Amino acid sequence: MKSTHGEPKIWLCALGLTVGLTMTALLLILVIVRGVEVFWPKDVVQLTLMPAQTAAKPEILTGEIRKQQVRRDAGSGMDVKEWLVFMGNKDAYGQTFRYVDLNRVTREERPAALIVADRLEYGKAIFLPLSLNLADGREIAASTAGFDGEFHRLIAEGNNRRKQIKHIERDLIGDINHRMLKLDNSLNAFKTDTSAREHRQDDVTARKIALQGDYEKLAAEAAMLRGQQKANTLSYRLVSGETRTQALGEILHYYHPNQLSLLGKAGWFLRNGWDFLTGEPRESNTEGGIFPAIFGTFVMTLIMSALVTPFGVIAAIYLHEYARQGIIVRAVRISVNNLAGVPSIVFGVFGLGFFVYIVGATVDQIFFSNSLPTPTFGTGGILWSAFTLALLALPVVIVASEEALGAVPRGVREAALACGASKWQTIQRVVLPSALPGILTGVILSMARGAGEVAPLMLVGVVKLAPSLPLDLVPPFVHAERKFMHLGFHIFDLGFQSPDSEAAKPMVFATTLLLILLVITLNLAAILLRNHLRKRYALHTF
Amino acid sequence: MGGPNLNPLMIEVDHFSFFYGPKQALHDICMAIPEGEITALIGPSGCGKSTLLRNLNRLNDLIDDVHHEGDIRVEGTSLYDPAVEVISLRKRVGMVFQKYNPFPKSIYENVIFSLRVAGRRKKAELDEVVERSLRSAALWTEVKDRLHESAYSLSGGQQQRLCIARAIANRPQVLLMDEPCAALDPIATLKIEELMMELKKEFTLVIVTHNMHQASRCSDRTAFMFMGKLIEFAETTRIFNNPNSPQTEAYITGRFS
Repeated sequence: MKSTHGEPKIWLCALGLTVGLTMTALLLILVIVRGVEVFWPKDVVQLTLMPAQTAAKPEILTGEIRKQQVRRDAGSGMDVKEWLVFMGNKDAYGQTFRYVDLNRVTREERPAALIVADRLEYGKAIFLPLSLNLADGREIAASTAGFDGEFHRLIAEGNNRRKQIKHIERDLIGDINHRMLKLDNSLNAFKTDTSAREHRQDDVTARKIALQGDYEKLAAEAAMLRGQQKANTLSYRLVSGETRTQALGEILHYYHPNQLSLLGKAGWFLRNGWDFLTGEPRESNTEGGIFPAIFGTFVMTLIMSALVTPFGVIAAIYLHEYARQGIIVRAVRISVNNLAGVPSIVFGVFGLGFFVYIVGATVDQIFFSNSLPTPTFGTGGILWSAFTLALLALPVVIVASEEALGAVPRGVREAALACGASKWQTIQRVVLPSALPGILTGVILSMARGAGEVAPLMLVGVVKLAPSLPLDLVPPFVHAERKFMHLGFHIFDLGFQSPDSEAAKPMVFATTLLLILLVITLNLAAILLRNHLRKRYALHTF
Repeated sequence: MGGPNLNPLMIEVDHFSFFYGPKQALHDICMAIPEGEITALIGPSGCGKSTLLRNLNRLNDLIDDVHHEGDIRVEGTSLYDPAVEVISLRKRVGMVFQKYNPFPKSIYENVIFSLRVAGRRKKAELDEVVERSLRSAALWTEVKDRLHESAYSLSGGQQQRLCIARAIANRPQVLLMDEPCAALDPIATLKIEELMMELKKEFTLVIVTHNMHQASRCSDRTAFMFMGKLIEFAETTRIFNNPNSPQTEAYITGRFS
């Protein structure tokens, strides 16, 4: 008879694996579905509700149905089905979401004339258009043939003007501010030498006056453009009956949700997705894109890897190859392993205390004393964040590198020594190349750990909204002292710090999806590099 | 020790004892290995023959907590002379290991490794060394068209011959071989043995082997070791036909327990 001893244990292992894989798959599916669905344009329904009192008029509302759920009615003790309806028009209604009991709905329509418009402020508006009121006095009614074309043209014009304003205010005026600051600082350099200072003072004042003139010209131009943004207006009617007007320069884009074909929806889906990836956040991050957060996460992870890899590998080489194996090295090794288990917030506190307050303040004293008391490096920034996370990821790299070094066969080392190589030559020419794939595995793991870490960053440089990117076209191009945005913190901020949590929920999923994609992308790149090296050193031609 | 017609001495092991920590692995070994011959070290596992071999290029120094008594001299210079650098010693005494161990590099780079670490970089010289060494290792015709492929693309026997080519690239005087055929099939073994007969024209060979036939076929002299002691050292024909010691006789006839 065949023995079945041990098979239940195999089943147990398989069960464990299955549970783990299923949970991962479910999590991914949830995040992907909920994250992608955000960009798909939904139909807008017009609901007619039974009035609460019999005498009153029936209530009409429009919106996107976001979710259906069951609520236990407190009075009757019955289960009541209800819809969560996104109504938009925050400026008019004061709230964007509303729960509607299904049994009150008497009519459900999808009027084709309804328009959804995304605006700079107050989010989306859902309305019936009335007319366009142009600055030159013309009025184009929604019923006329040219309405749609003109509406499109005006919005495109407004979007262009907005870009111009941004260029003037951020790039040109930013440049002037930068130069003014430099002039001020150049005066500070002559603190002690009063005669030289006075001599320089006139020059500086003259140049500042010139700059001030430039600034006023630009500011006037920007103000003029801003005025034009408000010149053309749209008047529209809400289903509640209220008529409102909206400056056209504030509208980003619009569409007729109930007229869209599948292809049209797909087009809007791609456009929304693209805007989300490349745009900047608006409305305390609940609207707009998250490009600064993607960029910040990416740059921070790269800097961190560049810092942690050499330190980790050098430490591993010393521990494994040079240090005399004894009680001290054992203690060091145990400490390194334990360091990997220290809660990340502890690293954040250390980073704040050491990198920001000690190292950063010292750097300011030495190199940026002109701009004190405004701190340059003496406050949280992307560099200190990368340093803090590098510290956090260091044990991962050290442990993996040590293991990789230990896996290099003894025979290969002895062969190198027998060929007359010194110890360092052996390590450099034979041991390290053989261990490189394993070392890279450690770097990949540390990157994944670093990119997903949020808690320590909150102490050393991440912010809700960063005005500028850590890399840009303003000299010196790399701004390692700047605060930055991070996808992980963005998720936290959207989910828990947002004024309208229901509005932020889809963004949370979309951002989560992006964070996962970013980590996967970084890992994939490192894995490809590792496989390339592995082939290079093991199997194929050189 | 030794017999008549002794060639000039290459290696002299002089009352050499070796300890791993408190454990003594070699007891008072005395041996005179002449130039241009193949000397085989035989004996049961753990008898110290590999330890002795690895002391001839001081590879055992890498192990923590070892020490020695007595002396070993190569061409009259003590290995332990403070003036002798270990690296320059290893350039004079090459080594081939039991398990072939090419580096994760191309065939070409493997052969010239010892020249690279010595800082030599003239292309013509390196090319010449590669061809000469591979010819000496009887590998040239097989690999001359793929010198820049990975060494791991070769078969086991070829990899071992590549290791031999690597060991002789810098023209050492002595070539140590630690069971060079243990991991190879009979045909590859035969090739290595033929190669050893060629190599002894240029180098002094010391080999460790478990294979009695190999020792009797290839070597000029054989040393039988047992429990860290050198039992008998003489011409191979005498060891195999007319051993002095009953222990030697028992071992080579396979009646050893």
